[in-house]
Amino acid sequence: MTDLTNLTLAEARDGLAKGDYTSVELTEAHIKSMEAHRNLNAYIIETPGKAIEMAKASDAKRAKGDAGKMEGLPIAIKDLFCTEGVQTTAASHILEGFKPEYESTVTTNLFNNGAVMLGKANLDEFAMGSSNTSSYYGNVINPWKGKDGKDLVPGGSSGGSAAAVAAGMALAATGTDTGGSIRQPASYCGIVGLKPTYGRCSRWGIVAFASSLDQAGPMTRTVRDAAIMLGAMAGHDAKDSTSAPVAVPDFEAALTGDIRGMKIGIPKEYRVDNMPEEINKLWDNGIAMLRDAGAEVVDVTLPHTKYALGTYYIVAPAEASSNLARYDGLRYGQRVMDEGDSLDDMYMKSRAAGFGKEVQRRIMIGTYVLSAGYYDAYYNKALKVRRRIYEDFATAFGTVDAILAPTAPSAAFAIGENEDDPVKMYLNDVFTVPASLAGLPGLSLPTGLSSEGLPLGLQLIGKPFDEETVLRVGGVLETAANFTAKPAGQEG
Amino acid sequence: MTYIIEGSTGPWEIVVGLEVHCQVVSKSKLFSGASTTFGNDPNTNVSLVDAAMPGMLPVINEECVRQAVKTGLGLKAKINLESVFARKNYFYADLPQGYQISQFDKPIVGEGTIILDMPDGSTKSVGIERLHLEQDAGKSMHDQDPKYSHIDLNRSGVALMEIVSMPDIRTPEEAGAYLTKLRAIVRYLGTCDGNMNEGSMRCDANVSVRRPGAEFGTRCEIKNVNSIRYVMQAIEIEAKRQVEVIEAGGEIVQETRLYDPRLGETRSMRSKEMAHDYRYFPDPDLLPLVFDQAFVSEIEKTLPELPDEKKARFMRENGLSAYDAGVLVADQEKAAYYEVVAKGRDGKLAANWVITNLFGALNKLEVPVTESPVTAENLGKLLDLISDDTISGRIAKDVFEIMIETGNDPEKIVEEKGLKQITDTGAIETAIDEVIAANPDKVQEIRDGKDRMLGWFVGQVMKSTGGKANPGMVNKMLRDKILG
Repeated sequence: MTDLTNLTLAEARDGLAKGDYTSVELTEAHIKSMEAHRNLNAYIIETPGKAIEMAKASDAKRAKGDAGKMEGLPIAIKDLFCTEGVQTTAASHILEGFKPEYESTVTTNLFNNGAVMLGKANLDEFAMGSSNTSSYYGNVINPWKGKDGKDLVPGGSSGGSAAAVAAGMALAATGTDTGGSIRQPASYCGIVGLKPTYGRCSRWGIVAFASSLDQAGPMTRTVRDAAIMLGAMAGHDAKDSTSAPVAVPDFEAALTGDIRGMKIGIPKEYRVDNMPEEINKLWDNGIAMLRDAGAEVVDVTLPHTKYALGTYYIVAPAEASSNLARYDGLRYGQRVMDEGDSLDDMYMKSRAAGFGKEVQRRIMIGTYVLSAGYYDAYYNKALKVRRRIYEDFATAFGTVDAILAPTAPSAAFAIGENEDDPVKMYLNDVFTVPASLAGLPGLSLPTGLSSEGLPLGLQLIGKPFDEETVLRVGGVLETAANFTAKPAGQEG
Repeated sequence: MTYIIEGSTGPWEIVVGLEVHCQVVSKSKLFSGASTTFGNDPNTNVSLVDAAMPGMLPVINEECVRQAVKTGLGLKAKINLESVFARKNYFYADLPQGYQISQFDKPIVGEGTIILDMPDGSTKSVGIERLHLEQDAGKSMHDQDPKYSHIDLNRSGVALMEIVSMPDIRTPEEAGAYLTKLRAIVRYLGTCDGNMNEGSMRCDANVSVRRPGAEFGTRCEIKNVNSIRYVMQAIEIEAKRQVEVIEAGGEIVQETRLYDPRLGETRSMRSKEMAHDYRYFPDPDLLPLVFDQAFVSEIEKTLPELPDEKKARFMRENGLSAYDAGVLVADQEKAAYYEVVAKGRDGKLAANWVITNLFGALNKLEVPVTESPVTAENLGKLLDLISDDTISGRIAKDVFEIMIETGNDPEKIVEEKGLKQITDTGAIETAIDEVIAANPDKVQEIRDGKDRMLGWFVGQVMKSTGGKANPGMVNKMLRDKILG
């Protein structure tokens, strides 16, 4: 029998439609796989009971001839999405035990489309991190191993989602991307990750990190799967003022396999100093594949790229410092106070105990850059640079249909590496942050292996609300790259 | 009118600017669908957004935007077609988000003007610097438990308009007139109910003193004063305090102070060093608030006649004095009452009756004009009875007193009590003849040139007719009989 945990969403969808297996069988297979891979710590909580219940309901629905876009397909939900009655922590101690009375719009859309939730995937605390080592609930281990067999990070912040998809613990997963949190872990774990255009998916019910950047997206095994899942997640939501009132196209229909005559831009600023040779080579191979497929490859310039990382690390912490003010120990989550404490004492104790070091660091950075006397020098300037970065892309998209670049400057690194140097850790986001600041869709897909045998991803960046082109080009690149490697133990 | 504090070192002038928070009249809150009903049980008007649950997002309530624009138009102010909501960050137990969504450098309404109607009938114009929309905080209740404070989030997220004046106010009376006028305007517009005792209108006063005409001094902000009278008192007391401090060789430090009406003093609440750094920045959860001129024009069409226009009309069409017109337009119900009384009648006479007699009586009864026992229609009938000589002005006052007590129709009262004026010349003549016959010496005095004595005769005739004789006729007939 087919290993039900190794299917693509499209295969599973078709298998369910043909009656090869039921959603309950598919779900049970994943629950077993989750148990078998608990060492990876990909889930903060597993919800097998709810999963079976949802699968049964889905099978019943299908029996009545009613099947949604993701009917019966078991997936992981990043624990940043509020899920009704199911603990939602954002991987923080401060939200431990918090069970929302509401369901996020994205998960509502997914469940309405028939998806089955397997559990809440681990992440960096409040989605702040690139290694999934800042989770209060422990770090996630990448299912891939280097030659020395050391445990590697899955990337972050959607590290649990990426590891779950790579290790067969979910057919797909939701992620969120603020500065690369979908694309970078997708690259590290050898899967596909799509950050949609800002405003494509509702942020309602997603624990906020940086409101002007946060965007939910699919993490899947194939480009087609990303198209299927995005279609089931996206849509205008009146409850999110930044959600765009645009129609959701049939993303899967965009996968024509034909990119002849398309123009693909190669941004020279992404050829950074000290770029590992294997990343340059990966990129060149990708360029060659697109050219062979009939696309025209042209050089473009994005002159403000070098300021993107600095800009991001002002804007995101600034917003976070304000967004995280609500975690004050008063209404939900952890409260730490002693007899006779004042309100301020309680705030300080609850927040000191509830937030991890990286979160505290970013709250402090954010508070600093917004403070009187520094606002203009940091935050205001960052907004201006952000505008320039957006204009760079707008100019480039005047001539090209999509941009191709590496997703990350390296393959997955060992757990513990970069931990003592936050700036070095932040450099992981150097290629993903510009598209985030510009609000553009970005798709990462695995196209090769490092010398260590670890997956490496390339990224396609598209015009606002043109995920279709990104997916179309991605589909062609995926076919050409023919990336079939699997982490040890996952070889079909 | 100048208001000068005579200090030991010379005269001081006061400079005042007011920040008024007006709760917007709307069914639901500024960024959530929760109800704004006042007086519900604690924490019953609270949505997930108001409680700042994780992942919740604000969505602007268009009705509140309309109300702010309407108020801006009422203040003859510039409406900004694009404005920006910003977060004002600070921690407090009644502020669930840890920030207040407000407007900072791009408010929805810019500069405007308010015309003050001073008690002496003069006017003064005070500039409006801006009006912005923001969320109200919840309410801390410190008297519910010996150890803990309780929080009621019903008010959390209710829309407020903060209306900031220019530092144009120079006397406590002007501050009072400003608040009275502002309250009248928002009430006319229906954008705020203006009830200061319920907290739906709250005032912060920025007060400083200076030598007349000199540069502005350092100001202190007196927070949250909850009546017009207290605002006037607080300004007076704070200005005196500042003069005393300066004249004693001290310096005014910029700070936030509280007014204690019981002790009649202001007290320091927070110094500048302890002031919050609010870290304002544009709220990334909300797009800039953008609307077009057509939206503004639509709202403009719904504007009622405002106090200033109404006052001008009363002066122009009814010949009222500025003072009388100002009193009548001070609130919409009073003006409406007056208009019913004055319709088709002598506007000045109507104003006199409404202001002197009716408002005087209502003040004693402590009831608002909307609950007046005398309806505007009945007061109008009473004026008609005077002008068609059915009763005299003096009898009318008696009838009015009965109307205040019973609420009855004046025609009915006059009929029942037999108060109809005597215009029958025969009856009056008889009464006159009797008085003349009884007082020949006084008649002679008049004939000798003491005209003033005629008044005494009029009084005697009125007395003998129970006040019902037409005084004009009595006067004329007496004159004819004695001098003719």
